[in-house]
Amino acid sequence: MADLETTALKRLELHDLHVSHGGRMVPFAGYDMPVQYPAGVMKEHLHTRAQAGLFDVSHMGQVILWPKAGMEPLALAFEALMPVDVLGVKAGRQRYGLFTNAQGGILDDLMFANRETHLFVVVNAACKAADIAHMRAHLSAVAEVIEVSDRALLAVQGPLAEAALARLIPGVAAMRFMDAALLPWNGAELWISRSGYTGEDGFEVSVPDAQALAFAKALLAMPEVAPIGLGARDSLRLEAGLCLYGHDIDTTTSPAEAGLGWAIQKSRRAGGARPGGFPGADRILRELAQGPARRRVGLRPEGRAPMREGTALFDGEAAAGTVTSGGFGPSVDAPITMGYVPSALAVTGTTLTGEVRGKRLPVTVCDLPFHPSTYKR
Amino acid sequence: MKYTEDHEWLRVEGDLVVVGITEHAATQLGDVVFVELPEVEAMVARGDEVVVIESVKAASDILAPVDGEIVEVNDALADKPGLVNDDPTGAAWMFKMKLDDLSVLDEFMDEDEYNDLIA
Repeated sequence: MADLETTALKRLELHDLHVSHGGRMVPFAGYDMPVQYPAGVMKEHLHTRAQAGLFDVSHMGQVILWPKAGMEPLALAFEALMPVDVLGVKAGRQRYGLFTNAQGGILDDLMFANRETHLFVVVNAACKAADIAHMRAHLSAVAEVIEVSDRALLAVQGPLAEAALARLIPGVAAMRFMDAALLPWNGAELWISRSGYTGEDGFEVSVPDAQALAFAKALLAMPEVAPIGLGARDSLRLEAGLCLYGHDIDTTTSPAEAGLGWAIQKSRRAGGARPGGFPGADRILRELAQGPARRRVGLRPEGRAPMREGTALFDGEAAAGTVTSGGFGPSVDAPITMGYVPSALAVTGTTLTGEVRGKRLPVTVCDLPFHPSTYKR
Repeated sequence: MKYTEDHEWLRVEGDLVVVGITEHAATQLGDVVFVELPEVEAMVARGDEVVVIESVKAASDILAPVDGEIVEVNDALADKPGLVNDDPTGAAWMFKMKLDDLSVLDEFMDEDEYNDLIA
């Protein structure tokens, strides 16, 4: 009885606003989400790179970790779940993190901010329930794990994002990349970080549901701000060389394989102040020191045919890995692809082939990102 | 003009039939970035995948609407795949087929019937 197993899609707080802007709604991670607006993916993508785009990412999980006995025990317990330096994150700063498993694979990637009295964590929608259960199982002795379910999460991204958002909240102009701040707007407390997932400068703003519509409307009333759907969110992050969980990273890919070694600070590595002590540390630290067997690389297909996720890669006749994300890069104006290849082949300029509809088409290993990022450091 | 349930249009041109996709289909696909066309002189059967259209996000197949021979393809789509969005029923025709018997087209929808389908 298939229908009995179908669960109703969750509605975003701003659902009606998306529909009123002509958003085409599709199911994504259990939510009814706008995949594109009438402008279309290409124009939405280019608009974000040229001006500013507004993204509704309220499907993502927002979680507060409220310490029971001070921030330090919480930070150390959180470090037991991630190969990341949590203790060293100062108040008002945010950092990228990874939950790992005992095999050294990745359970999810996330952002967390030190908000002085507690930590604020944002996790992927599809992993939200599992992540919260994971945190409750391992952090309950040191923190209350509180899912925030009465706030929308909006991202404002692009070179004009600061100018647009600062008109409503002047304080954002002083923030640097990965700063996190609580700032007032119309009587509401907004939780703002200078971050995003497009490769552009921009902000992510958690706003109470009650003020979300007015806040989104105030931004969309500005000529430089356009609503942007999931389609362009995906092409923007792919051009920026960023991993999409469940595609480019998952429980079988390790941080070193994924090229996420930068997310593992010195303090958690061999010889650091607090080395290891996180799930999968043996493999993860060994691969960081000796190099993994395979690596995530950027790939540029020759010609115009996109090379999509799942495409098999070959080095001559030998199997050479798989594409994990692929499509068309509107700013690059060419097909762009990421995938895993044996480390010996993960050298810029190496030519492989990818099998598309029975034909082996040439593809060249290239540097990431495909499009330069413009974070305000 | 005739229409298929797969959102193709068919236009008779002498003893040939010209095939493309409808405005409705082009809108649904979104921005087209690549079109792979069949080989000229290929003999195709109804339902064969003859064209691949790639939008920014996904790939879609276009099926041969009838049995016949591909006699010409629109090479302009190789350089300008965006024509599929700009002018789907004109400049973005995809291929021309030669059929044994044009009367097989009678079974397809006319414009009113197609408009009912997508309404």
